Amino acid sequence: MQTSVSIRDLSLNFGHVKVLEHLNLDIKDGEFLVLLGPSGCGKSTLLNCIAGLLDLSDGEIHISGKNVTWKEPKDRGIGMVFQSYALYPQMSVERNLSFGLRVAGMKKEEVDKRIARAAEMLQIEPLLKRKPANLSGGQRQRVAIGRALVRDVDVFLFDEPLSNLDAKLRADLRVEIKRLHHRLKNTMIYVTHDQVEAMTLADRIAIMKGGVIQQLDNPHAIYNKPVNLFVAGFIGSPSMNFIDGTLAGRVVKADGIDVPVDRYDFAPETGNFSGDIVLGIRPEHVMVGEAAASQPVQFESELEIIEPMGSDTIGWTSFAGQTFKFRCDSEVPLEEGQKLRLGFDPARASMFDAQSSERI
Amino acid sequence: MSNPATISTNVAVDAVKDDLQLSTERGPRPKPFFTTNRIILYSILVVACLYYLFPLYVMIVTSFKTMPEIRFGNIFAPPVEFTGEAWAKAWASACTGLTCQGLSPGFWNSVKILIPSVIVSTSVAAVNGYALVNWRFKGSEIFFSILIFGSFIPYQVMIYPLVIITRELNIFGSIWAVILVHMVFGMPILTLLFRNYFASLPVELFKAARVDGAGFWRIFFEIMLPMSLPIIVVALILQVTGIWNDFLFGVVFAGTQNYPMTVQLNNIVNSAQGSPEYNVNMAATILTGLVPLVIYFISGRLFVRGIAAGAVKG
Repeated sequence: MQTSVSIRDLSLNFGHVKVLEHLNLDIKDGEFLVLLGPSGCGKSTLLNCIAGLLDLSDGEIHISGKNVTWKEPKDRGIGMVFQSYALYPQMSVERNLSFGLRVAGMKKEEVDKRIARAAEMLQIEPLLKRKPANLSGGQRQRVAIGRALVRDVDVFLFDEPLSNLDAKLRADLRVEIKRLHHRLKNTMIYVTHDQVEAMTLADRIAIMKGGVIQQLDNPHAIYNKPVNLFVAGFIGSPSMNFIDGTLAGRVVKADGIDVPVDRYDFAPETGNFSGDIVLGIRPEHVMVGEAAASQPVQFESELEIIEPMGSDTIGWTSFAGQTFKFRCDSEVPLEEGQKLRLGFDPARASMFDAQSSERI
Repeated sequence: MSNPATISTNVAVDAVKDDLQLSTERGPRPKPFFTTNRIILYSILVVACLYYLFPLYVMIVTSFKTMPEIRFGNIFAPPVEFTGEAWAKAWASACTGLTCQGLSPGFWNSVKILIPSVIVSTSVAAVNGYALVNWRFKGSEIFFSILIFGSFIPYQVMIYPLVIITRELNIFGSIWAVILVHMVFGMPILTLLFRNYFASLPVELFKAARVDGAGFWRIFFEIMLPMSLPIIVVALILQVTGIWNDFLFGVVFAGTQNYPMTVQLNNIVNSAQGSPEYNVNMAATILTGLVPLVIYFISGRLFVRGIAAGAVKG
């Protein structure tokens, strides 16, 4: 498939601070790529570079086969949606939508046609005459999306578009963005720090930390086969259990307990690893009570704290002397202080080299 | 989880109901008007008010009196014989140096100086501030620092060089010299004002406009300027009062024919001929101070807050 956005060897410095360094990224035509990471990881900076709002220190950016490194934002074929909506406050919704088209000197009939189409798609027809101040947060963000929509661009850039909305609206608009992507089939690059948004929307997720892409893969692989400790700890809520231990042969020794890991899917190049490791088990992969009986690894532990979430319950126990969380159905009867039988399958676990924190 | 908690609270309420009925505190806390603190506060305010308003009262009262009545003393008494003669004289026939046309020529001179200086300095400063915030160029911070440094230098230091500059430009002794000087000296503080205002607007608005393809002037006129009404009003108040009240530049640069109102007021009040006409002096002073006062009352109403509301999350 043709690439839509290619980033070659991109570096960006603010003075002596290196924000991005030799970053490479290829985004396929029509792909929904999410840049995910904690604040300050450079994801918004990268998006601003793609948009042409920041000058690069080094490297190239290609969009739709053209080198746009030195091009103005308007000549890059991009539309951008901001976290704070950035609607022009003194213009009506209609004029907000048409601003870019008027700047480009487009004919009135064509402008009206495009606005009508965008307004229909986003269901904002009744709002066209209003000023942004008279819109709710969700409506404002729709208008902001519409402003990118009318310009008929190849690539949509979203800079944390849902972060200012409340939880319910966020969920609604998330689905709507996905629907929009299905309908338009444009390339979309979406920056967020919310892993739920990333997992639900993305074709591929690029997890960033300190200006470096840690892992670029589809949500399934990111969740099940995180490449390092950072990714493993960042994705998943509650976060993954990390158990320090030593790997020798096909057995992990942790605080005197032997955990057989024959079923673990070792990476080919690290198959014979031995030494200090971190064993990562997702709380939702831990079985409780009778269900634990079928699991290859089983142990007993005392339940310290229960966190009922409504849909499910998170229990805090310990394993091999280290904190261990599990997640189970809220119908499972639990009591703090009770002895519990827990089990997990090393085939679904992750193991990391304790020194390099890379997956083995 | 909340249900059992609510039920148990209700039970508790039933049990202690009798105790609760004894209590008298309920609803908003009463706010008595005459407390010691308030009496002290208002006394101080009233005294401060009188302190400032009393001189003004004396001026107004005196300006409506006749000279014999003033000589009689009783400066606090209201006029026995109410007359507007002093005002008419101050405006049209008091002697300012060699001519005796009152303050009216000075008023029009001041207007001629005021309008171009205010318009030009405010618009240039607005563009300056906008460029300094949104279109950072190499050295823009240093440029800004130098500009601000300018506002800390006392005017007197720069008068002689400016006299030479305006002489070389062949405008010394004309209204244009005063206008030029006011424009130059208004620039630093106005630029600072606009820069800080534009810096407080969400930068994403500017980014969005750039993605939409708008250039330097288009963003300025269509996005930034319509949101700048509050700061433009502030700039106007500052400049109008500053330029109208200026004496120094007027007396140095304008030339005798073009003296602004303040200089002519000084000439009336300090005129050595005849006995001082206090009623005319008072009327002339109030007339001179009227313009900034009117500007303040009109534009105070124009202070519209939250013009930028709705641009970002509300």
